Amino acid sequence: MRAGNPTLLTAGTEGRDLTRLDEYRDVGGYVALTRARKMEPQAIVDEITAATLRGRGGAGFPMGRKASLLAKDTGKPVYLVVNADESEPGAFKDRDVMRTTPHRLIEGCLITAHGIGSQSVFIYIRGEYLHEFEVMRAALKEARKAELLGGVTIVLHRGAGAYICGEETALLESLEGSRGQPRPRPPFPPVTGLYGAPTQINNVSTIALVPKVVELGAAEFSKIGAPSAPGTAVFSISGNVARPGNYERELGVTLRDLIYDVAGGVADGRELKAVIPGGSSVPVLTPDQIDTPMDYDSIGAAGSFFGSAAIIVVDDRCCMVQLALRAAQFYMHESCGKCTPCRIGTRWLVQLLTKLEEGRASATDLALLDDVCDRMLGKSLCALGDFAVYPVSSYFRKYRDEFEGHLDGAGCPFAGASSIEGILAPSAMHDRHALWTTTVPA
Amino acid sequence: MTREREVTAETYAKIQKLRRQYPRSRSAVLPALTLAQEEYGGWLPPEALRAVADALEETPAYCLSIASFYDMLHLEPVGRHMVEVCTNLSCALVGAQAVLDAFADELDVRPGETTQDGEVTLRAIECAGGCGRAPVVVVDHVYHEPLRPEDVPGVVEELRARG
Repeated sequence: MRAGNPTLLTAGTEGRDLTRLDEYRDVGGYVALTRARKMEPQAIVDEITAATLRGRGGAGFPMGRKASLLAKDTGKPVYLVVNADESEPGAFKDRDVMRTTPHRLIEGCLITAHGIGSQSVFIYIRGEYLHEFEVMRAALKEARKAELLGGVTIVLHRGAGAYICGEETALLESLEGSRGQPRPRPPFPPVTGLYGAPTQINNVSTIALVPKVVELGAAEFSKIGAPSAPGTAVFSISGNVARPGNYERELGVTLRDLIYDVAGGVADGRELKAVIPGGSSVPVLTPDQIDTPMDYDSIGAAGSFFGSAAIIVVDDRCCMVQLALRAAQFYMHESCGKCTPCRIGTRWLVQLLTKLEEGRASATDLALLDDVCDRMLGKSLCALGDFAVYPVSSYFRKYRDEFEGHLDGAGCPFAGASSIEGILAPSAMHDRHALWTTTVPA
Repeated sequence: MTREREVTAETYAKIQKLRRQYPRSRSAVLPALTLAQEEYGGWLPPEALRAVADALEETPAYCLSIASFYDMLHLEPVGRHMVEVCTNLSCALVGAQAVLDAFADELDVRPGETTQDGEVTLRAIECAGGCGRAPVVVVDHVYHEPLRPEDVPGVVEELRARG
């Protein structure tokens, strides 16, 4: 298996229905849990640390180090919270992990809970993923009936539609029954997390890798993937490619391999124009950068982020100003409103980009766009404000001629033929909403 | 005229069960509002907020402050069916606007509106997490991926037949 294309997250799914406990057991499921429960808790954390298992949710923080920061002997319970609020545009990997291998996630939860001494696990699943919620619920019921939980409580909690709840402290607020608005840090969740208690928070795909870390051992696990980031990731490839979808590959695979070999290249024989490597929030890469390996450090060195391994491929039919505007509209819509630079800044971005797209902007407006980005970056409690800036500022920097081509009455050089021409953002729908009243007969 | 009513005894009992899942009962506010919304025909009128507040020992204002934050909780009437078209980047790049336009034509509404007969609400939504199977359309919480403009009349016909 090591030779061709190692699978960890999707292992055993070929020709099998791993949503079923018996089938998951047929491929070695819950063996790692049995082994883990015979280990000292600290030995599990040590194994995860030695494996350099880095967070697959976005930040890439090593899971073992996170666990080592948990406050000890506080007299409070220790919580494990799984972030299944996947909402980053371009990302749909956690959805497939839950839908196809729910027991792998549950097993990961139980091993991790043993490692950190937790009796209480919460899995926060985005509200839209109703089917995945039901798959998880059925799997959990089976695991409970088979007496696999060992006294650990796992609660599945559904969100109700808010991108910001994927931010860990906003997620905790939402789980506590508040509006999902981020908290100031410090204190960090390992010290003061859910209900004020020490809390370990990890992404679905991170936790679902834990059984394989225990099964293979840190030494074997570390041989897979990139030296600085061992293991695999499920890469979500979307946009203008011939075969979009989720593909599990080792970290360190190049963007070129992912786009051309795995996803069949740019669709419809078009030219590659731009690659967004980690979900809509990260800086764009240009075609000359696609030999970059997809691991945290390499993508970082190329000026972007690994993010959620969600690769959006853009062909030459798309206007980059329109793309920046659509991204900005999303972040404006999802800004929770707590921090002024993000709340106001996202609106300024949308207004300036609209003006530019409509051919009403001057060079002063472009300078202002740059200035607004500057005044937003790093100025809010969480990264959402930054996430609005990264696409806008990077598209502007890298496709400057196209942005400037819109100036002084010129308008969009695509003259109505851009691939995303006229795309309606939900925020625009809400703007109009106040102008009419909807009546529904009784 | 609409008469004020509590949630059904069954929903009330479900909310009490939800509360016990959490160390603090306020954590149950999202699932409780979701349950109440289902009971009240897909949205949360003031009496639904009062009923949830009562079941959770919170105030109606608190429940409103939560409901107004989340995209899937509705504070205005919606149709018996909900058609949601994702228009975020990945879907936009492969023709989401044509799908949204096809639904608007077929239903004779603008996005954000409900058909005159109160049957179907059409909405544009942010990323639904089906980017590799775009364009994504969610009909009554069920994902249709991919869905092309030519599929739209069939989907609408099926919805109308469902009643």
